[in-house]
Amino acid sequence: MIRNPKLWLSAVALVLIHLLVIGAVFFAPYDPTEQHRDLSMAPPVRIHFVDSRGQFYLRPFVCSWVAEAERTSPSGYVEDCSKPSPLRLLVRRETMRDGKTLKASWHLFGVDAPAQLSLLGTDDYGRDLFSRLLYGGQTSLGAGLLAAGLSLSLGLVLGCMAGYFGSWADDVIMRGAELFMALPWIYLLFAVRAFLPLHLGTRQAFLLLISVIGLTGWARPARLIRGVVLSARQRGYVLAARGFGASSASIVRRHILPEVSSVALTQAALLLPQYILAEVTFSFLGLGVGEPEPSWGNMLASLQTYSVLEGHWWMFASGLALVPIFLLFYAFADSLQGRFQLLDLSG
Amino acid sequence: MILGSLLAFGALAPALQAPKADEDILITAGESGRRGGRLLVSLHSDPKTLNPVAAVDVPSKQVIALLFADLIHIRAYTQHTEPALAKSWKTSSAGRHYTLELRHGIHFSDGHPFDADDVVFSFKVYQDEKVHSPQRDLLEVGGKTIQVRKTGQYQVDFELPQPYAAAERLFDSVRILPRHLLERAYEEGKISQVWGTATDPRQIAGLGPFRLKQYVPGQQIVLERNPFYWKADPSGNRLPYLDEIAFLIVPTEDAEVIRFQAGDVDVISRIGADNYATLEQAQRARDYQLYDGGPGLEYNFLFFNLNDLSSKQLPDIGRKQEWFRRVEFRQAVSAAIDRESIVRLVYRGRATPLWDQVTPGNKLWINAAIPHAPRSLARAADLLRSAGFTRREDGVLVDARGQPVEFSILTNPSNAQRTKIATIVQDDLAQLGMQVHIVPLEFQAVMARIFDSYDYEATVLGLVSGDADPNPEINVWTSGGATHVWALSETHPTPGWQAEIDRLMQAQTAILDYRKRKQAYDRVQELVAQFDPVICLVSPHVLVGAKNTIGGFKPAVMGDYVLWNADQLFRTDLAEKR
Repeated sequence: MIRNPKLWLSAVALVLIHLLVIGAVFFAPYDPTEQHRDLSMAPPVRIHFVDSRGQFYLRPFVCSWVAEAERTSPSGYVEDCSKPSPLRLLVRRETMRDGKTLKASWHLFGVDAPAQLSLLGTDDYGRDLFSRLLYGGQTSLGAGLLAAGLSLSLGLVLGCMAGYFGSWADDVIMRGAELFMALPWIYLLFAVRAFLPLHLGTRQAFLLLISVIGLTGWARPARLIRGVVLSARQRGYVLAARGFGASSASIVRRHILPEVSSVALTQAALLLPQYILAEVTFSFLGLGVGEPEPSWGNMLASLQTYSVLEGHWWMFASGLALVPIFLLFYAFADSLQGRFQLLDLSG
Repeated sequence: MILGSLLAFGALAPALQAPKADEDILITAGESGRRGGRLLVSLHSDPKTLNPVAAVDVPSKQVIALLFADLIHIRAYTQHTEPALAKSWKTSSAGRHYTLELRHGIHFSDGHPFDADDVVFSFKVYQDEKVHSPQRDLLEVGGKTIQVRKTGQYQVDFELPQPYAAAERLFDSVRILPRHLLERAYEEGKISQVWGTATDPRQIAGLGPFRLKQYVPGQQIVLERNPFYWKADPSGNRLPYLDEIAFLIVPTEDAEVIRFQAGDVDVISRIGADNYATLEQAQRARDYQLYDGGPGLEYNFLFFNLNDLSSKQLPDIGRKQEWFRRVEFRQAVSAAIDRESIVRLVYRGRATPLWDQVTPGNKLWINAAIPHAPRSLARAADLLRSAGFTRREDGVLVDARGQPVEFSILTNPSNAQRTKIATIVQDDLAQLGMQVHIVPLEFQAVMARIFDSYDYEATVLGLVSGDADPNPEINVWTSGGATHVWALSETHPTPGWQAEIDRLMQAQTAILDYRKRKQAYDRVQELVAQFDPVICLVSPHVLVGAKNTIGGFKPAVMGDYVLWNADQLFRTDLAEKR
């Protein structure tokens, strides 16, 4: 662990981020689709320790945003600290309808209504951006993971077949791979979307997105894996195993897959950010996950308007979140590759 | 640049500054301005043509409005008609017969004199079936054409096939063409192909305040002052004041706003509420003024697909139409939508909620008695219950057969405001237990589904009335109208309220008395508000801006909001430059 701190640090950070996203129900203070229409485009809330009289509190508190009648500040909101709301840990929120509790949930932190704890501000409809960021991560990171899993497993199977059996199987699969590499994704998705029935539910849209990204993306890993398999096939121990009468399946499983696994793992770490970005791009263009469900892509969509771009910096949140995540993935892939090379040299 | 063009013009047209004695000049009211200078305006795309007979796209119409003039003009600011090339007119035989007196001694922008032959020629061209001009439909009354006859060198008679309310408004936007330039092309059957954007500017002449000087595709169109224009200010100076108007091609609203903020263009029109707020912040520091003109004639509405689908293979939508056709269902949707929130969140307060199609911007025709029912989920729930809808244990609304109420709203993401409206509606209706999906599609695809395939469930659309008068609205509200969007293929028999609207809209065209006509149109508004064929939501305000150095700026809420009085706009910063 000490030998390769970069690998372990990036891995731990990635795991933490994913845990945060998976546990959005608990970590996010609000439901991601809940609208607070009197708080549209409010800036991030300020967390105070000292009140207006200069008194210090151990428990931080927040003030509420009040829309200005005559706009003087860039955001159009001013802080009203007449009724400060202390930050609370482990709060229970209930969604009511017709006097009945529809659902109740525990949250790590929150403030008492009517105050709003919008850590990263709110969007056009007054939805809490921090909550949307966490829930949106489920979509965006999840799409990346699933699509990478799909394209990698396809790539693994097809790459192994092409490399191991060679001759015509190799030709067919590799020409197919070239064809897929030339496919323009975005237009493909446009076309697929146009053929499908109008209202695709959020889940169907999500699955469609993953299958399009995953199914068109297998070619690159397949080519790499084929190369590795091709060289492994000629190794002495593989030839020996074959000489002793081992079946193809057992040779692939026992001798070739272990060779390939390092390449596959590194590929996965490289593909993941690519596919996350693909999901973000599609949803940004309105082709992916639709309103009101959050995704990091559709959260960025409002930045297409100049006024938002210019005056509401907090709307960049999901875009900014991508940067450290991508860096972590690349650092992880990088050190993974370094580690496998070291193993190769020593073994 | 401005100085250069000033000098050039000073040398060219000094003799034409003051009107001549034999000219029937129109003396305008209002403040007098200063001659000279150049106005920079933005245009969203290249005009397709400069030919009034062929123009259908907005940029073409915008430029053409400055190059040509009409006989009787609707003054955008007052929404009333005023004399233009016709200095006066008389009506007789119960509004069927119009005699127009034309201005004497005035000239086209190439110096050729204008008379009744040009008027007769123009109407012949517009009414010719083979020409396919967009004005042709407007010039038909009760399916028949208007007879035009020359009765003197400066007098023309118009005979309408039947009495027609507000017939003088028909003359607005029928641009008078120069017979001496276009007669040959017309006889050869090529009139709709002439005056494309590649034409030599000297071959184009009209009676508008400006004439074409230069056109660089994709960059700019420069218009220069028409030295023969037939209007003068109270001090006797011939209009227009400006030497030039240059249209810069700026493709998007955002780019337009940035260029206005940077001072690259002098006036800006049709600003979105978001951009208005952005510009407003910098208003004090910069040298421009923004105007909120209040609601215009645009109305945005949500509508369900009520087309007769028997000829189409759309069973799913057909099944949902059982809900859409229930008046209670539409009324419940209308009651559940929070219009105030749409105004606040989508338009930042710069819009007015609507309950029927006539906006408060239309002062002459609005029915003030239409109730403005506030949002009420309880009333919506009652209406749904009365129509047999119930809520399941999990909160989902189901119809009498237990089918969950679920439908989609089409939007085009290129229009951020409509998408936002749909998102608010989605959340509002979710509170009734309806599951609404928002389907973003490209604008052309949305239009194709509404107008051709009828393959949609609901959508949000906006329409802008061309005129404050109810007549152009016939197309929207009567069954069989070209923009009867929610039921282009109307069911038979038509619902009772629709039959009543059809009857009233047709009847009002023949009522000459304003008060009686208004009664008919008031009833139409009542029916629309009550039966919600479309669910009217909001009317966005007309938001415009101009640099402080532009004089005579008087934004209107119809027509071209800022350039409708281009002939009276002037620059106040000329003295220092000289």
